[in-house]
Amino acid sequence: MIEFRSVGKTYPDGTIAVADFSLIAPSGRTTVLVGSSGCGKTTLLRMVNRMVSPTSGSVWIDDLDVATTDPVALRRRIGYVMQNAGLLPHRKVIDNIATVPRLTGVSKAAAHVRALELMDLVGLDRAMAGRYPGQLSGGQQQRVGVARGLAADPNILLMDEPFGAVDPIVRAELQQELLRLQRELHKTILFITHDISEALLLGDQIVILRRGADIAQAGSGLEIIARPADEFVAEFVGLGGERQLDIRRVGDVEIVLDGSGRPLGQVSARS
Amino acid sequence: MNYLTQAIQWITDPANAAGANGVWARMAEHFLYTVVAVAVAALVAVPLGYLVGHTRRGRGVVVVTSGAARALPTLGVLTLAGLVLGIGLAAPMLALVLLAFPSILAGAYAGVEAIDPVTVDSARGLGLSGWQVLTRVEIPLGLPLLIGGIRSAFLQVVATATLAAYVGAGGLGRFLFLGLKTQDYPQMLAASLLVVALAVAFDIAFESVEWLVRRVVPSGRREASA
Ligand SMILES: Nc1ncnc2c1ncn2[C@@H]1O[C@H](COP(=O)(O)OP(=O)(O)OP(=O)(O)O)[C@@H](O)[C@H]1O
Ligand SMILES: [Mg+2]
Repeated sequence: MIEFRSVGKTYPDGTIAVADFSLIAPSGRTTVLVGSSGCGKTTLLRMVNRMVSPTSGSVWIDDLDVATTDPVALRRRIGYVMQNAGLLPHRKVIDNIATVPRLTGVSKAAAHVRALELMDLVGLDRAMAGRYPGQLSGGQQQRVGVARGLAADPNILLMDEPFGAVDPIVRAELQQELLRLQRELHKTILFITHDISEALLLGDQIVILRRGADIAQAGSGLEIIARPADEFVAEFVGLGGERQLDIRRVGDVEIVLDGSGRPLGQVSARS
Repeated sequence: MNYLTQAIQWITDPANAAGANGVWARMAEHFLYTVVAVAVAALVAVPLGYLVGHTRRGRGVVVVTSGAARALPTLGVLTLAGLVLGIGLAAPMLALVLLAFPSILAGAYAGVEAIDPVTVDSARGLGLSGWQVLTRVEIPLGLPLLIGGIRSAFLQVVATATLAAYVGAGGLGRFLFLGLKTQDYPQMLAASLLVVALAVAFDIAFESVEWLVRRVVPSGRREASA
């Protein structure tokens, strides 16, 4: 469980990135933070592994106030997938993925075997193991970043727009992979995205944020779509737009139309 | 043209080559002075530069002092040091170390400073300690600029090491000052040519080292092929 207790962050230049934020991200579940650019998502995420220290409040992992932990040890047991991959340019793909296991004393051979398996998992050709990050596309780099975040088999995963730079097909594959992984391994995941569809797909709990990390609504996808808290949320999730659907009866079947009247599919017959 | 052929004759004359006062011995001295001066300067400047680059503290102080050190007239430093330390090797070594210092310091800290902050941030985010960030990320990625700084230090020092003879030490400057005293211009020219040859040799050596480093430590920019 990750718990934010009334955290706030004002950067030295006076920017209030997070005003007053409280949330519980339950163990074994995926909590998705969504919100427009600059609303404080990355700042919140980085408080968990102490890459940012809150200027007020505290962050807890189970019964542990993270402020009392050794940051280096803390970070090694939390998987962190960075917004822009953040690979080490002077290390080969395989060594980038193996970084944390190597730091925690896993032998090079074992770490490399694991790294190759993870490359399969994120859909990277093993032939790329010997390349340097500069020789990969943005989407490939991001997948290396995801593999690196999983390498030490951490219980907590912080994922900052991990699929932002991959094409829609690969993105859909990676999303399915994450869902499958989550069904098997039950990690506690904090996931950031701009994409409400991705949030609805992956999130057990979805947190919609306004500027200053002000929670507009938190709940399951079902709850949010069924009862958006206000205009802002309704607008944000696309109710009133492409997610405002219509059902029309044609003969003895019911079909679903999207916001602009295009047919999406049939309602399955319930017997 | 006449001087030049005479100078080359002087260099190739076997009578000038051997012995404690011969071309080879003086060349070796000159080489040694240069290497020792740069090494001593590097011993202090490299850790200091990395410290400043890593902590991002004291950058202003470093810029100002190394700028001031660059502006010092080496001949003046040498004379002053000579007055204090007397005739011999100590004074020219001090002057040469001071000459080498700023370039190396600048190379060391600029190398660290030029690294993409995202790279350092991600290394910390993975759980590298401060020391590991320094040794595994900042030092290897800063290497090309550091080597550039050491390279320019070498070139400055190899040229200026001729001044060692001005206060009674050895090196190729001996021939220069001797030639000046006896108005033996071919000998002066020959000495200068030898210094130039040494400088070129150093430069070629560094070119190969830089080439090697580029192979071993990719800059992080996109490269042409896999
Ligand atoms: N180091 C910093 N110093 C000053 N201001 C900062 C710093 N980091 C972030 N900010 C500011 O804090 C606010 C929140 O930033 P944050 O990176 O958390 O946003 P975000 O929700 O992750 O945005 P995006 O979706 O664009 O990644 C922004 O206004 C940003 O400009
Ligand atoms: Mg962000």
